[in-house]
Amino acid sequence: MDGGIIQLQRHLVDYTASLFDEGFLDEQFNQLELLQDESNPDFVVEVVTLFFQDAERLLDELTKALGQASIDFKKLDAHVHQLKGSSSSVGAQRVHKACISFRNSCEEKNIEGCLKSLQQVRHEYSLVKSKLETLFKMEQQLSAASGSFSR
Amino acid sequence: MGMATPKETQFHVLAVDDSLIDRMLIERLLKTSSFHGGILIADILGMCVEFTVTAVDSASKALNFLGLVEDMASEIHQDVDVNLIITDYCMPGMTGYDLLRKIKESKSLKDIPVVIMSSENVPSRINRCLEEGAEEFFLKPVQLSDVHKLKPHLMKSRVKEEQDQQPINNKRKIKEEFHSPDKTRVKCIS
Repeated sequence: MDGGIIQLQRHLVDYTASLFDEGFLDEQFNQLELLQDESNPDFVVEVVTLFFQDAERLLDELTKALGQASIDFKKLDAHVHQLKGSSSSVGAQRVHKACISFRNSCEEKNIEGCLKSLQQVRHEYSLVKSKLETLFKMEQQLSAASGSFSR
Repeated sequence: MGMATPKETQFHVLAVDDSLIDRMLIERLLKTSSFHGGILIADILGMCVEFTVTAVDSASKALNFLGLVEDMASEIHQDVDVNLIITDYCMPGMTGYDLLRKIKESKSLKDIPVVIMSSENVPSRINRCLEEGAEEFFLKPVQLSDVHKLKPHLMKSRVKEEQDQQPINNKRKIKEEFHSPDKTRVKCIS
């Protein structure tokens, strides 16, 4: 009975720890959890979901901007700046770092660099998205199994 | 729990940021640090503090909310009671720095403490803001420990509000005293 819950808890703890160890998440993610309570029980999921939406929109904009005949580096940089900010705010460390090097390429007006950076950012984003979705699923399973036990 | 928070312990914060995520964060940060459980501020004179937050996505919206209409010589006074303004630096259109300047140039708003947030650690930028009158400069992402730093600025503005309200009472009192036959020196209550 309880054994199952303990297993789930252990998996969740281990999985979360691995995300930090591998640099996908940083301290800011912990800060988000501090802001979650009974009055706002879904805060982390809400903010992270917003981040996913924001990131996808920005990645589309970036792809479009890099596809133009004449590239507007200022506009490009503005989009990267936004993505850099939101990834930092949710603790998505690798995405944040990839955005930093993207900005450097923008500053240098280096098209090759920008294309590579975009690829890198996309890659890191899809990784962290899948990992966070897994994390949230595990949390859901745990709370379903725990029934009336609060977090 | 069922008691309404007395007015003296309510702080109204105007948050300005073009990022929806960051607006959500700052609002939660402030609300989480309200009340006892919120650690920090409960220790100001043992008071229980509550934050109400108004969040807007641009500096021009912030000015509208504050009753300052751009490009107009006269200020439209609204009954807006804001105790602190916290604004992002980098925003499309008017920046947080421009907003800071406009606030400090306004007779009615210049005493409201302003805090600037930025994702970029640029010393010259930080100095410029502090010189222009910003109380604090927070590096993003803003954390609960940063909200602790707001404490003295909020208390200062609250004390000043109370002082500003005093003179009106004192004047009346002095007038009455002058008309009474045995005049005794009136001590000003500070």
